[in-house]
Amino acid sequence: MIKQIRRRYLFLRAESEMPVEQQAVSDAIFSAVLRLFGEVGATQAALRLIRFDGKTGFAVVRCSHTALPMVKAAVASVTRIGSQSAAIHVLRVSGTLKALGRKIGSV
Amino acid sequence: MKFCDLHLCASVMDLEHAKRMIAKSSELGYGQIAVPLSANVKEEVVKALQQMSQRSGLDFVTRLDLAPRNPGELLSGLRRFRRRFEVVSVLCGSKLVAGQAAKDRRVDLLSFSSVGAKRRYFGFAEAELASGSSAALEIEMAQILKVEGPARVGLLSSLRREVSISKSYGVPLVISSGATDTLFLRRPQDYASLASLFGLDFSLALKSLSETPVGLVEKNRSKQRPSYLLPGVRIVKGSCEGDD
Repeated sequence: MIKQIRRRYLFLRAESEMPVEQQAVSDAIFSAVLRLFGEVGATQAALRLIRFDGKTGFAVVRCSHTALPMVKAAVASVTRIGSQSAAIHVLRVSGTLKALGRKIGSV
Repeated sequence: MKFCDLHLCASVMDLEHAKRMIAKSSELGYGQIAVPLSANVKEEVVKALQQMSQRSGLDFVTRLDLAPRNPGELLSGLRRFRRRFEVVSVLCGSKLVAGQAAKDRRVDLLSFSSVGAKRRYFGFAEAELASGSSAALEIEMAQILKVEGPARVGLLSSLRREVSISKSYGVPLVISSGATDTLFLRRPQDYASLASLFGLDFSLALKSLSETPVGLVEKNRSKQRPSYLLPGVRIVKGSCEGDD
């Protein structure tokens, strides 16, 4: 039987001087993982941007649970999104989207 | 857990900038901040920063950064200004200055320049001296965020070495932001995650952002009270004006 892949969902907030696009946020996080941990690290992270709200900057990112510390470090190291200075803060982490939804309610 | 950022580089000349930085620190979950001040800072500026911090629910700490060229200059600076500031940091620009700062009990933080591994003078000798005094090694996270590529590789490798040395000699570590802009500020938990890049585990990194700096400030404040006599000795009964 194939073991189910365990995942983690991160609730993030992207901050920048001007509004940013979903693709730019996704690229910035992926590039940060690639820069810090290389191609092997990026493969292990299995990153995917699930949701993004351009107005508020809130985003939900999915990654492998084993790569969570790596992804958190990479997200914290982001200083640019596209051509703009930016910062991304990790607000909540959860094992399922449903539980994350509950936790987000308290933010 | 109360988090402390001992190096918030808010501009003292531009109070609007300082206000934004202080408000952002509060939003990110800090409870105590220190802004580096010049030795001849005006009392009104300190009061304005204190009021801004209070309004944001933060405890404001006065910090002095000394960048002496030689040990003599360091000693003279400490003699003149130590009592006026709650935290004194020394930017060690040479091996001699690093040695003197590490052994002097009046120094709270040892800081090193980010420019090249050869200019970071924290080695075994300095760690041994610092373990005998109360000096802590300061790690500024903005340095990691500001550089990229080979420069970051060099910096992370130096930090990994310094953290390992300080762990083996029991030198306390203090993680601070060193941020000059709100976009370089991160939550304490994010800094703890970043600290894993140079071999500092999450719990120890959180301690370097909370217990260690908060304890350092508390110790210095108790020394500045009129009832303080010597380490471990204070007046508990008597007329000490201004003491609680």
